[in-house]
Amino acid sequence: MDKPLPNIEHLLRRAGFGVSPADKERFPAGVPYRQAVDWLVSYPGSTDVDASIGTPGFMGITASGGFAPNTNIAHARQRWLFRMVHSPAPLLERLTLLWHHHFATGYNKVAAAFGSAADGARLMDAKPSEDPARQMGQIDMLRRGAFGSFRSLLLNIAQDPAMLIWLDGISNVKAKPQENFARELMELFTIGVGEFAETDVYAAARVFTGWNLARGSGASPLYRFQYNASQHDTDAKDFSFEVTPSGRHVRASNRIPARDANSGMQDGIDLLTTLANHPLTARRLARRFWTWFVSETEPAPDSFVDAVAGVYLDNQTSIRATLRAVLTSPEFTDTNRPFQRYAWPVEFVVRSLREIGWTGFSANDALTPLTSMGQTLYEPPDVSGWDLGLAWFTTGGMLARLNFASQLATNQRVAIRDAARPWSSSPNSLVDFCYDRLSLPPVTLDNQISLVNYALAGGAWTGSDAQLLTKAPGMIHIVSGSAEYQLV
Amino acid sequence: MKFTRREFVAGGVKAFTIGFAAPAFLSDIALASGATSRSLVVLYLSGGNDALSTAIPYMDPFYYSRRPTIAIPATNVLQIGTDSSGKPIGLHPRLTGLQTIFNDGRLALIQRTGYQNSSRSHFQGTDIWSTANPANSAGAGWLGRYLDALPPPVDPLAGWSTLRDLPHAMLADHTSVAAIPSVSGYTISSPNSASAEQARSRDGVAALASHVPPERPHVSYVNGSVQAVLATLDRVATVGTYQPSVAYGGDGLSQGLKAVAGAMVRGIGTKVFWVQIGGFDTHAAQGTNPATGAYSGLMATLNSALTAFYTDLRNQGLLDSTLILQFSEFGRRIGENGSAGTDHGAAAIMMAMGGLVRGGLYGTAPSLNPAGNGGGTLENGGNDVTYETDFRSVYAQVIDNWLGANSLGILGGNFRSPLVNFI
Repeated sequence: MDKPLPNIEHLLRRAGFGVSPADKERFPAGVPYRQAVDWLVSYPGSTDVDASIGTPGFMGITASGGFAPNTNIAHARQRWLFRMVHSPAPLLERLTLLWHHHFATGYNKVAAAFGSAADGARLMDAKPSEDPARQMGQIDMLRRGAFGSFRSLLLNIAQDPAMLIWLDGISNVKAKPQENFARELMELFTIGVGEFAETDVYAAARVFTGWNLARGSGASPLYRFQYNASQHDTDAKDFSFEVTPSGRHVRASNRIPARDANSGMQDGIDLLTTLANHPLTARRLARRFWTWFVSETEPAPDSFVDAVAGVYLDNQTSIRATLRAVLTSPEFTDTNRPFQRYAWPVEFVVRSLREIGWTGFSANDALTPLTSMGQTLYEPPDVSGWDLGLAWFTTGGMLARLNFASQLATNQRVAIRDAARPWSSSPNSLVDFCYDRLSLPPVTLDNQISLVNYALAGGAWTGSDAQLLTKAPGMIHIVSGSAEYQLV
Repeated sequence: MKFTRREFVAGGVKAFTIGFAAPAFLSDIALASGATSRSLVVLYLSGGNDALSTAIPYMDPFYYSRRPTIAIPATNVLQIGTDSSGKPIGLHPRLTGLQTIFNDGRLALIQRTGYQNSSRSHFQGTDIWSTANPANSAGAGWLGRYLDALPPPVDPLAGWSTLRDLPHAMLADHTSVAAIPSVSGYTISSPNSASAEQARSRDGVAALASHVPPERPHVSYVNGSVQAVLATLDRVATVGTYQPSVAYGGDGLSQGLKAVAGAMVRGIGTKVFWVQIGGFDTHAAQGTNPATGAYSGLMATLNSALTAFYTDLRNQGLLDSTLILQFSEFGRRIGENGSAGTDHGAAAIMMAMGGLVRGGLYGTAPSLNPAGNGGGTLENGGNDVTYETDFRSVYAQVIDNWLGANSLGILGGNFRSPLVNFI
């Protein structure tokens, strides 16, 4: 099998989840880089792989009492991992995960609000076509809008039932404005900390008075955003920055005018539009894209931020256009870039599954390890999302990665032995097998020596099936648990 | 025995690695550091604890008028006396064990701690309390800087976070700090069940991790983590067999403190522990009064966890070598909001507990009359409590008088204050 070009493997590791056997067929040597970017950013077909859940040849799921991913959060976690492993264009799932991090909402508080675990799961990620009340979960909403305009995403998140619960918009009323959403909207979702005044928080809280939640009736009630005109503060609101209801500077005003209660919902739309189109938001998102796709440890250079923020503003906050600019930027495609970004736990796990194998593995068995690595889907630590980069590599987090590598190698041990047979001639050949199987940089001499020593520990090399059954999974464990494999 | 310590600053990554020697040697370091030496346990109440519901100025009429739903009736508070400004203070009704410890003179409450222009952001606030630097809250934390200042080589178990994450306060420039959320889960596995082959796997992992190429700082950083794992596994396993002298609760804080007690009893050499309890961001339905209320539950957990820990340490004869220091990123707004909760505020409360603590009430309670900003104890139009004691003065007291280090260097300034001489 021809291997994809190195820059396409780099793209697949960073904008997908590693290089699966299907990816190798899809992008044989000779496929140009731009074509792979198009595939990921503008995939023309459906990426819905849910119909394959529970069918042979795909990763397994474990569900006692029936698989119910719309109402059971552990099942939802399995479904999401399944989509990541099997999506033909996995950037959509990766991007959805990034928006989950950006608008970080936690299942537990959502489920507790109405005392229903099932409704908590529905509000997090119900697929409307499978829900009795056509409930759309927050993550499903983010998935649908992942490539669209950031302004739409922001308008939708402000009206999302899980978010209304998570940041207490549910109780934001005229007499006592709720500041929780107002603050995080500016601090985390848009312009960033230090770019607004405390008085802006108070004003924004008043803007969203009456942006509440309605709950339907029945066993699976529909939760939906509801604007309560009688609970809206109709007075004018003043900000420290210019308010631009059309998204563009027209005439300088820092005020959202007084409006009657019935048209008062426009206040929030004006503010969200202003913030989505704010140059500081453009620059902040450019820096976030830098962190998510290029490097967590180096600051984004001005050239990158200027270029990406410019594309964002010139394209009506289009995420697709912005992302294309990121993935084709000279910084992203720099040949010195590969293997210098720290993989998130979910990236590491999904990449391992795609590159080592999934047959006979249940997604359920990845859930506890992911939590031990510090990343539980639908349960970010707080509204600022996960701590990225070096922060993943605590002793506990690193041990969990080593142990997941062992768990998967154990699970795949026979398949690994079979795949390694053509490489059984020598310990060096077995090392080559591991590095071919996992999309890694060329093996260093130091690692080569260490791995050969491992292969020879316990007896001379014969390449027998018995020896291969011990040493091939053993070496896959060591290599996929190594520092090199934690980097993408 | 060769011990090397290298630092790399390349490509913006600051990575360090230690070429670890045999675990036996590390145990020697731990012993040399003194198994009976002092430990600091830092307790973080995450989310912004409502100080006015922890230590209650229950005779202030404005406490009741501004908190019509969530104020705790004077008859229910646990009275602990009067502070130096003459304000009577009561503990939350669920803090019965802490009241006993207070009456024993082993609990200090430091009221109105904070800093100028207190951040109302969880994240910036936490960063500021973590770095002890309101002007620039990036970089190593105050505990990380303390660990960095210890004479090398520093044992990777010198600092131990009981969370999965490393809290910002423990982030160090040159020292590896352990994050071990579960002692029982802290073992390494292998795809092969034969014990000889398991040992070979571990050797293989160790061999790859021993390579710390200076030109590849990202790889070196991760390998430093793997080395720290391998160097701590066996000692942490000894903590797993610890049988405490009291029953700990099943909640995360209690279990964290149980591990801390085990580590102290086993003498594995940790100097700074981190424990944490979340849920203090009580914007809605704060529930200070009903037994099933959210805040009541938090106080009950805090009380049972700390009381069990305190009693266990006393039984083990370790109380005099332990200091527990509690903080939160900010206090909350004085007036309750429309959701029977409180929004982000300013000054907070800190607690210090231990066998050598000079217990009592430090600092003064605010005057909650918004007119005239409560005689200077309030800010933000009388809506928030303003700080009286710089939180760095509390840190300085701990660094200088407990850890035996120098606060001037670690805090980057002189924050020593004779008013918070609780240790």
